Amino acid sequence: MEILINGKREVCTSRTIAELLAKKGIPSDALVVELNGSIIKQGQWPNIMLKDNDILELLNFVGGG
Amino acid sequence: MTKDLLHLGNASFSNRLFTGTGKFAANALIPKMLKASGSQMITVAIRRIDSTARSENILNFIPSDVTLLPNTSGARNAEQAVHIARIAREAGCGDFIKIEVITDMKYLMPDNIETLKATEILSREGFTVLPYILPDLPLAKRLESAGAAAVMPLGAPIGSNRGLETQSLIALLIENCTLPVIVDAGIGRPSHAAAAMEMGAAAVLVNTAIATASDPEAMGRAFDLAVRGGRAAFLAELADQSAAARASSPLTGFLYENPSTLVDSPQG
Repeated sequence: MEILINGKREVCTSRTIAELLAKKGIPSDALVVELNGSIIKQGQWPNIMLKDNDILELLNFVGGG
Repeated sequence: MTKDLLHLGNASFSNRLFTGTGKFAANALIPKMLKASGSQMITVAIRRIDSTARSENILNFIPSDVTLLPNTSGARNAEQAVHIARIAREAGCGDFIKIEVITDMKYLMPDNIETLKATEILSREGFTVLPYILPDLPLAKRLESAGAAAVMPLGAPIGSNRGLETQSLIALLIENCTLPVIVDAGIGRPSHAAAAMEMGAAAVLVNTAIATASDPEAMGRAFDLAVRGGRAAFLAELADQSAAARASSPLTGFLYENPSTLVDSPQG
């Protein structure tokens, strides 16, 4: 399947958000995950199944004024 | 003497220097700066992760007793600002939001119209809304009606360090709005911050001038002193000005004067 990750279309073989993050080596500390416009709490990452054409945003807090 | 507190939403602040987390050479400088300045409110931004960079969680560098003020930077319209605000709250950053809607990338001027729209929506959703604006009195009144907790007019373009170029317009807001006026952007030196506070600003928000100083910790302390000094002067009520000199020492009884030359003699 293909999903949109941070605006970029990617082939995805991971079944869940947790799997995808592990595969990409993205640390979960401070990560904010939004799937199709809804925030997904960290506890739900292993349970939420990814689907074709999902829109995933992987966000974090950074320095800003 | 009662404590001089600034109330915003459900929170109160005894320190009127708000700071930002942008542009520090190292995140480890942030807690040192916060301690030195006593700042109780600090801004953060939200971005897509950069998987190529080593990522530190900026929130780990902010003590828990400091209030987070997430901004909506990157938003180009009200809808995007509302979206970013909701993400920040969902992510556990609390109810404060600095609305920043910018389409002009050269001067980073805020879009006042979109900012008003976002304020209307987010206030209804229970956010404590601090909109970053060009100082415009009718707009400030509209923001007041829309439920903003304060207005944050710019002194000069973001990061320019040019000071209070909009001073007279900010003064209009201070004199005619019931909302606290927090001067944001452009404050480049402690003397600018002191001047804003003397005018009656409720607080100032300083990022670049502290973060990019050679010693951000010491500059945080310097800004704290300036803000306290300016605030104390405002509360003490400044004396008036005059065009001509008004001697501070008595104009009589000079040591070397010859009284006969000063008194009009009957002869002339």
